[in-house]
This record gives sequence, structure tokens and C-alpha cells, in this order.
Amino acid sequence: MTSSRDTVFASVRRALGVTSREAPRLQEVGDRIAGHPRGLVPARAQVPPAECIALFKEMVLAAAASIDHLPSANQVPAAVAAYLRGRNLPPTILRGADPRLSALPWGQEPNLDVWIGPSDGRQLAGLSHAFAGIAESGTLVMLSGPDNPSTLNLLPDHHLVVVDAADVTADYETVWGRIRARFGAGIMPRTVNWITGPSRSADIEQTLLLGAHGPRSLHVLLVGEPV
Amino acid sequence: MSVEITSPHFKANAREALADAPLQQALAKVGPGFIGKRAAAAGKLPEFEALRDSARDIKDHTLAHLDLYLERYEAKVKEAGGHVHFAVDAAEARDIITRICRSLDAKTVTKGKSMISEEIGLNDHLEAAGIEPVETDLGEYLIQIRGEAPSHIIAPAIHLNKEQVEADFRRVHTHLSPGRNLSEPTALLAEARGELRQRFLAADVGITGANFLVAETGTSIIVTNEGNGDLTQTLPKAHIVLASLEKLVPTLEDVSQLLRVLARSATGQEMSVYTTFSTGPRRPDDVDGPGEYHVVILDNGRSGMLGGQLREMLRCIRCGACMNHCPVYHAVGGHAYGWVYPGPMGAVLTPSLIGIEKAANLPNASTFCGRCEEVCPVRIPLPKLMRHWREKEFERHLTPAPQRFGLAVWGFFARRGWLYRPATRLAMGMLALAGRRKGRFASLPLAGGWTRHRDFPAPEGGTFQAQWRARKAAEADARAAKGAAR
Repeated sequence: MTSSRDTVFASVRRALGVTSREAPRLQEVGDRIAGHPRGLVPARAQVPPAECIALFKEMVLAAAASIDHLPSANQVPAAVAAYLRGRNLPPTILRGADPRLSALPWGQEPNLDVWIGPSDGRQLAGLSHAFAGIAESGTLVMLSGPDNPSTLNLLPDHHLVVVDAADVTADYETVWGRIRARFGAGIMPRTVNWITGPSRSADIEQTLLLGAHGPRSLHVLLVGEPV
Repeated sequence: MSVEITSPHFKANAREALADAPLQQALAKVGPGFIGKRAAAAGKLPEFEALRDSARDIKDHTLAHLDLYLERYEAKVKEAGGHVHFAVDAAEARDIITRICRSLDAKTVTKGKSMISEEIGLNDHLEAAGIEPVETDLGEYLIQIRGEAPSHIIAPAIHLNKEQVEADFRRVHTHLSPGRNLSEPTALLAEARGELRQRFLAADVGITGANFLVAETGTSIIVTNEGNGDLTQTLPKAHIVLASLEKLVPTLEDVSQLLRVLARSATGQEMSVYTTFSTGPRRPDDVDGPGEYHVVILDNGRSGMLGGQLREMLRCIRCGACMNHCPVYHAVGGHAYGWVYPGPMGAVLTPSLIGIEKAANLPNASTFCGRCEEVCPVRIPLPKLMRHWREKEFERHLTPAPQRFGLAVWGFFARRGWLYRPATRLAMGMLALAGRRKGRFASLPLAGGWTRHRDFPAPEGGTFQAQWRARKAAEADARAAKGAAR
């Protein structure tokens, strides 16, 4: 009995007139995957680090998110507390177990309740640490795992994201290089979320409205200067 | 929603659509909204045109090596702990998904927007199996509670106005206060968010489509603005990806090229809000994410398209730019096309999937103005492919008899220039004379199909051939005069 898998592959091979064993084709596909050529990368973000950071900020704002640029990570707890106060939110935030977040001086904000874990949909504000920022489009790159659970990216009304200026890259391709360096060639974390601004929908009369199913507000805490 | 095919009745559908005032009001916004936003986004990126070439080349390369990329993709998904299922046709895909849901005792499934799900009529099938499907994209949710099909591939409820949405919410959300104010779109969005939040958290299985599948890593990718598909695949016990086989791309770098043209072509955004890359199920130390990860790869006629001219259609990345720029779509909307895929891409894809016998009207529903091809991010020659289907239709004697007769009469004259020239001169002269007062005809014998919805312009001067000859002669005179002056 032939399986559906065999039927589909046979049909594809017949249409292409191939056997899947041709050496030059195997070579070409193997080379492409191993070499993962970059293709055309727009010149927009191919600029010195300081300009790259400026572009990142500009694009974050263009995507309807907000941004604070803090001199050092030690200012993050105060910035989180100020954000919540400024929006009349309770002084409570849920974060993942990321050691970079654990190392922050939370004791400086004694009124701020900091919880650790994934979101079950009941939290108003969540805090994550980004793996990278992308200047080209103002995009944040989030990796799943206990350090930064994916539910924090999507369920709280307000999502606050720390990103190190040193991790702001020009383009998507540079991020893939860093992910390969971290996890190995051909290996991905379970989920990579690219986030560009807060959730939105234009499904009612093409009127763009923020706050569809994901966070209504996205606030970026950019930390330090590029190296 | 149903997948009942009404494509054979395109003409009747179109007539109805033209007379539907609320629909016409909604359609009037399609062009102004989408066209300007896409043009602005493309204009801001100097490399946009070159990226379209790059996107086309990536898809062509992948399709030419699809067997090998599929093998690699399958191996990488398994390596990450996921399952890959191949489905030859719609029925098999539906059965695979139902079986997975049953194995998990699923009562409800949430769904991200998926055109493939519409193509295989998944919701009806799940309901029949006692499993409740909940569409979570706002537009898809709206049409689900109305029992309709999507009328656009990225804006499924584009045919509705906010008063209709309000009426539907009041009809369906009966547990909420009848006195609530829903006059503003923000109130409607907030209500949908509240209703669906509970469904997201309670669902047993999440089903999404895929914008891309990456062979390098065994990753499925969805692109959304709402975050609905992303919640759908993060919260439940299992995530099922339903994708057709042409979604494959080789590497993460290749996907990045395609993402640069996708959002710009679709909504005019630099990048959609959420681009989610999923690889396998929850890992040992994860604190959230689905415990099972399945990919159902659907053929449903696509492998057959690989062999011929229609292979180019498999480059499509479903951005919707072709319909956003199509004068026929602007006039009649998506439902008139009578199945899942509307607009120019539907006019090419639908005959491939349901047969030209049922879909012969669609490739004819085009003015051949070429705007679809001008804006297609992967440069699919849509008018050429529509012409391909028109030829097939003619070859297979599917063209209606009066049209064949008309073509035969015209052909008889056109092959005999000595007869054609005086005959057209006579006809044009008579039309010009009859229409000289108004310059147009509000009605015309034998052309009722045209004049019912628009005027027919009266000819203003001689025939095309006569004008062409006159112009050539004038050019020759001018050249001679210039030569004499020198």
C-alpha cells in the first residue's frame, strides 16, 4: 500500500521530472541550506551604531510603540514603576526567570510587586527581555523558554520589553546569525516572536485600531549604548 | 461557512453584487485604502523593486527543488519532536485533523486565519464531528457568526459595515447587556477581544495556517497584526499547522527577503506586528507552549500545477495586492467569485483547484488592465495565466455558443482585410452618426450586458486602422518636410 506521503512525493517528482537523487540538485540544495546566502539587504540600516540606534527608536515609534532610552539596566525597575504609575495601573508586573532581569535592583522599588512565571491571561502588565532589536523595522526578537515565556508577549494588556543597545542589529539576517551562533546551525528555539508595535486590527471598515488580541500597548526599555 | 461553489454563476453573483448598496459602500473603500498604503510603503524602500525580483527567484528556486526541500523540512520537524502528515486532497486533510483532535479529546479548537482551512471546508467537518471551531481573527470571527465565507484573503470581512457588525454582536453575544453602546468600532473591537479571550484560554487545540515553512530548520511561520494566530498556537495542548506544499522556502534568510515584500504589498506596513516562528512542541524546560506540534501538508492539486505553465502561480504568498488593485474586484467584491480565492489570484488558482468547467467565468472576469501583475510581490504574470485558462476553456468547448459564434464571425472578417476594412468603416460610421448628439449610448441592441451598468462611448473618428494609416502618413510627411528644410 502506498502512503499519502509517497503519493505526494511521486506526484511532485513526476511534475518536475526528477528522481530526488540527482547529484547536482542535491548539491545545490545542500549548499543553499549550509550557506544560507543573505540576498538583498536594504541599505537603510547599514549605518554606524549610533545611527542604527536612532533608526531603531524612530521605527519603534512609527509602529505605534513607545520607548525609553535608559543609560543603564539599573534604571529599569524605576522605569517600570513610572510606566505603571503614569497609566494608573496597579504596581504589579509579571516577568520570566531571565537572569538579566533577576539581576536588576528591584529592591529600589519597594512598592512594585514583581512576579515570575508565564501569563495565564490575568495580568495587566508583563516584562520580557528581548534577544535582539532590529533597526530596519523597529522589531523586537523574543525567544521562548523559562527566561522569557511566550505568553508574556501576547496576553498582558501592557508589554514592557528590555533590549540592550548592544543587541540592536541592523537587519533580520544578523539576528539569524546570532541565533545560529547560540543554538547551532539548523536549530531554532521552540518559538521566536518578532514583535513590531502593539496588537491591532483593521477588520471593521478598514479602520486601524490598536489592542486587538495581543497587548494594547508596547513599551520598549532600551538600555545602554551600542558597543 | 460553507465551501459551496457558486463560481459557475459568477455573472448572476456579479449582478447581485452591483445592486447591493451596503456592499458597494464597503467596496468603495478598498481601492483608496490599500492602493495608497502599498504605494507609500514601496516608495519608502528604494530596494523594493529589486526585492520583488529576489522574492520571485527564491520561490522559483524552491519550486524547482520542491521534492528535496520537502524532504529536508519533514526531517527537521521530526528532529524537533513534531509530526508531519501528508494529505493528497481536502478530505484526507480534514480526516487527519479530526483524528488528532479526537486523540486529545478536544471539545473546542481555536483557529488562526487560514485560507487552506477555507479551501478544505474544515469548520463544517469539525462541527459534524462534535468539535467546536472558533475563528479568532476578528474578520474571520465576524464571518463565522454570520455563516459566510471570506470575501478577501487578508481582510475576510471587508464587505461588512460597522452597523452590520453591531447587529451581529447583539444577536450572538446575548449574555451581555442589551443597553451597551456599540456605536464605535473601538467598542466592537473591545467586545470581540473580551469574548475571544476566554475561548483562547479554554481551547484544547489551536489550528493555524502558515505563511511560510522553512526547510533549513523545520519551522512554520505565521504573520498577523492582531496576535490571534500567535495566541492560538501558544495556549492549547496541541498546535496543528495546516499548509499547502508550496509554502516551503529554503532558509531563514530567504524568508526574510519574502517578509520584506509581504506586509508592504498587503497592508502597506513596514512589517506586520507579529511574525511568529514555531519549531516543534514545548521543550523540556519550557513553562508554556503546546505539548504537541503537527503539520498537515496539503497537495490538493498543487503538485499537478508544478509541471506546466501554472507553476508560476505557486509563487503566490497570499498578500492580496492583486485584488486590492483589481477594478473587477472593486466592482463586485470577493463573494461573486463563488469560492475561496477571489480576485486575479483566484481567477487563476480556482480553475486549477476545482476545474475549469466550474470556474470558466473567473479568468474572463478581467479587463486585462495588468495592474495585478504590476503590483504582485513575486511577479506572477496573472494576465498571462488568465489567458492560459481562456485558451483552455475555448479548446475544451466550454465557451458559450453565442460567444463562439461571435468570434467565428469576427474571425471570418478579420482574416479578409479587403472585407474587414470597409465593414468596420461602415459600422463605426453608423455608430458615430447615431451617437453624435450625446457622444455615448445608454442602451444599444446586442450590448445590453455592457450598457446596463455603464454607457458605451460613441466612436469619435475613423477606425483604428484608418487612424493608424493617417498617423503613419503624417509622420512620413513630417520627416519629408524636415529633410527638405535641411
